[in-house]
Amino acid sequence: MDWLIPLILTVITASTPLLLASTGELITEKSGVLNLGVEGMMLVGAISGFAVTASSGSAILGILAAIIAGMLMSLIFAFLTLTLMANQVATGLALTIFGVGFSALVGSGFVGFAIEPLPGLHIPVLTDIPLVGEILFGQDFLVYLSIVMVIAVGFFLSRTRGGLILKAVGDSHHSAHAIGYSVIKIRYMATMFGGAMAGLAGAYLSLSYTPMWAENMTAGRGWIALALVVFATWRPGRLLAGAYMFGLISVLQLHAQSAGVHVPSQFMSMLPYLATVIVLVIISSDRAKIRLNAPACIGQAFRPAQ
Amino acid sequence: MVRLEPRRQHSQAMVYLSPVLAILMTLIVGGIIFSFMGKNPFDALYTFFILPINNSYGISELFVKATPLVIIAIGLSMGFRANVWNIGAEGQLTMGAIFGGGLALYFYDSESMFLLPAMFVLGAIGGAFWGAIPALLRTRFNANEILTSLMLTYVATLFLSFLVHGPWRNPEGFNFPESRPFPDAGLLPVIYDGTRVHLGTAFAVLVVIAGWILLSKSVIGFQLRVVGKAPQAARHVGFRQKRMVWFTLLLGGALSGLAGLFEVAGPIGQLQPAISPGYGFTAIIVAFLGRLHPLGVLFGGLIMALTYLGGELAQITLGLPNAVTGLFQGILLFFLLACDVLTKYRVRFGTPAAKGEAA
Amino acid sequence: MNANLVKRTLAAVVATGALALGMGAAQAEDVKAGFVYVGPIGDHGWSYRHDIGRQAIEAALGDNATTSYVESVPEGADAERVIRQLAQTGHNLIFTTSFGFMNPTVKVAKQFPNVKFEHATGYKRDANVSTYAARFYEGRYVAGVIAGKMTKSNIVGYVGSFPIPEVVRGINAFMLGAWSVNPDVKVKIVWANTWYDPGKEGDAAKALIDQGADIMVQHTDSPAPLQVAENRGVVGFGQASDMIKFAPKAQLTAIVDHWDEYYVARAKAVMDGTWESIDTWGGIDSGMVDMAPYTNMPDDVKALAEETEAKIASGEIHPFAGPIYDQAGELRIKEGEDATDEMLLGMDWYIKGIDAELPK
Repeated sequence: MDWLIPLILTVITASTPLLLASTGELITEKSGVLNLGVEGMMLVGAISGFAVTASSGSAILGILAAIIAGMLMSLIFAFLTLTLMANQVATGLALTIFGVGFSALVGSGFVGFAIEPLPGLHIPVLTDIPLVGEILFGQDFLVYLSIVMVIAVGFFLSRTRGGLILKAVGDSHHSAHAIGYSVIKIRYMATMFGGAMAGLAGAYLSLSYTPMWAENMTAGRGWIALALVVFATWRPGRLLAGAYMFGLISVLQLHAQSAGVHVPSQFMSMLPYLATVIVLVIISSDRAKIRLNAPACIGQAFRPAQ
Repeated sequence: MVRLEPRRQHSQAMVYLSPVLAILMTLIVGGIIFSFMGKNPFDALYTFFILPINNSYGISELFVKATPLVIIAIGLSMGFRANVWNIGAEGQLTMGAIFGGGLALYFYDSESMFLLPAMFVLGAIGGAFWGAIPALLRTRFNANEILTSLMLTYVATLFLSFLVHGPWRNPEGFNFPESRPFPDAGLLPVIYDGTRVHLGTAFAVLVVIAGWILLSKSVIGFQLRVVGKAPQAARHVGFRQKRMVWFTLLLGGALSGLAGLFEVAGPIGQLQPAISPGYGFTAIIVAFLGRLHPLGVLFGGLIMALTYLGGELAQITLGLPNAVTGLFQGILLFFLLACDVLTKYRVRFGTPAAKGEAA
Repeated sequence: MNANLVKRTLAAVVATGALALGMGAAQAEDVKAGFVYVGPIGDHGWSYRHDIGRQAIEAALGDNATTSYVESVPEGADAERVIRQLAQTGHNLIFTTSFGFMNPTVKVAKQFPNVKFEHATGYKRDANVSTYAARFYEGRYVAGVIAGKMTKSNIVGYVGSFPIPEVVRGINAFMLGAWSVNPDVKVKIVWANTWYDPGKEGDAAKALIDQGADIMVQHTDSPAPLQVAENRGVVGFGQASDMIKFAPKAQLTAIVDHWDEYYVARAKAVMDGTWESIDTWGGIDSGMVDMAPYTNMPDDVKALAEETEAKIASGEIHPFAGPIYDQAGELRIKEGEDATDEMLLGMDWYIKGIDAELPK
């Protein structure tokens, strides 16, 4: 059992950035907007968070900066796709190219800087409980935030009026508009929420997961976050499960290698991707359910009839 | 108050004018950025847009760089018209290179003139095979192709890594991760001496023409156009969505596979761990820059290729970091995509007549 | 095209003539050095260290040298164009700093006989193409000695990138060093299948520590594994750069890539007209392999590490001194002999005692 607790701890840190970014993207997509720029927004969040933390010494300020930076990035996207009705897929990819370049430019002065990692929670009695203590009560607050946010998003979508409106906008923008909702305004907000969460995910990388800045440090996690939203069939519960499954298999394959499993490492590295596909195939077989969850208007520009 | 008013018809003038406008705006914004970086903006813009193609070698390199982008984007654009979101062209490219390149390695001492054509066929099959998996999973199990095609990209890349680090490693290469060089019979002939313009570039032009004919003259092209314009209507007419999924993923996969084969049998000449700097992803942008039209894709591919070449030269001659290239590329794309709005809408000043969206 | 060709030929003739004249008069030629990097200089690893070397040229030669670089150049079709553009824009010394640039370097070099090329980590040379690399395995041997002394669990965790000879050689050298002082050391190896993904490298380090490793060695680029070591209270070794800032309590030493002297010397050689095609494989003695200060270890271990380093530099210790057997028990290096450079260059076998399997 000795190995189990540290394994779980590693899985939590590996899954948290994916969960943060994909929770944001889920809301964005539910409103009918497909923003493929998650990777770029994460990178800009990561450097903003790191730069502000390193300069000010305050991680809180850094995290706020990351959130704002992610939102500003998403605003570029929203303006282009929602106001100017540019193509969402292409604009999202362009946003990633822009974000990679922008973060590298800003970050060139911060290469090789070291900062204190985000402190973990420590509640005297609770954290010291054997086995579960550290897992439940010893994480840094972004980990708790990622869980809280995914639950909050689940609650928002299923139990609140706002959630209903958001889904209505994503499923049929013309009807939503006809009833009197401001489709564009709602999509702007959903997109900015996605940007804020991607910024947070970036901050988690540069402040907690691996406290440093290096170019392109997201290494493709934004893409995985995007895939996870599809994997989850746009449901927050499944998103949580998906992010942790991906994290678990990524970490398990490393453990298996370390334990001396004699399979070429490239095949081990394929496992998280293959597992995601296989599980998606299994859960997708029920056609009707997916229809209900997939936002029908995803990726489509909206222009109210006049 | 500025607002957009829909045009009754797409403005033909704007189809051509909007990219020009976008480039002008990029020049202005780019110039400002370069001034901030302490560079002469005119030098910088000259370096990005003119210097790469002010000689015949530069132009030939532009074609070499655009070749895979155009070939892949033509295939992808058909899929995007049918709302088939294949974002795994990178993986299909890799599989094409593995299949076609594998044949060259198997017959590594061949001098047969049939080797190269056979490699084409296998390259296309490899890519189509990798595209067929998302097609099967979507049509049979309803699994979303965005996820499956993307995940399969990672699998393909790792598989290539396994091959060149292990079984396909060059026995005379000191165990470095690279395959044997392909035999001469397995290399694409250069079609213009003194450059790297190879047979694949000629093929790219053929693909553009074929794509155009397919789209404008064939039944399936008609269906693609209708689906693109009015998905609801297409559903009513009863176009079979499954057939579209299969057709576009197989086509996109085969073309991506060929593009991958052209890279390894052309400029690279062997298999190695890295064969594409993300052509499969960049081609997605190219497809939309070209408004999903084959001719547009051709121009989109050339513009995109130009920014890469310009970025390299900006680093060499101006000492600008690569990051600025990315930034500049992003801004250019933003403007190109944004100016597209002018083809469908007219900019009006004044308060809107009807109550519309203000945002 | 034809006019161009004539012009170019003429230019080449003139240039050759000028060069001959220049050499006759022993006049110094200004250096314009171009660098091709495989990664961003912001990676704080491999490419970053080469860029430090580039800056050293500018610092050492002042007005007589200008340098430029192209970063994040993919190892595919693009490399050839970038190298050629450097040659065409008047660079007379071009460093291509990744194995994947080997074939394009050799190809472009044939077309620019007056330009000098320097390719890192490859094996193809030409009249105007030199190769250079560093014997990082010497540093890894020293690291192994330290690890052998420092480990309590007798388990070393090793984060690898890809199973290429460079990395395999490093693992072997490290274990030979460790076993020279402690025959009970075992190594656990995880391949991250990337040179650079801080998160994944860190996770690999965690997996190794969770399985009992109390020494962390890495052959990937980011400081993440060492940061993990710091966090988990174990010790380890930095890679490419001195990473002490990232792990003040955990870094024992770092095997630093130190190209400065070599780069300056080669630039000077171009200036003086003494540049020749050579194959350099510099070790600790040349300064190319630089050991960061020995920290976080008892004095006796530090003394031993310094002694080992000195003995390797003087040639008294060769990390791969026979007899050395491979995993199958076959004698690869005979008693009284050292491994040849060719054997080291293509090393694709583990030494006896390593409990892992190399992909074939």
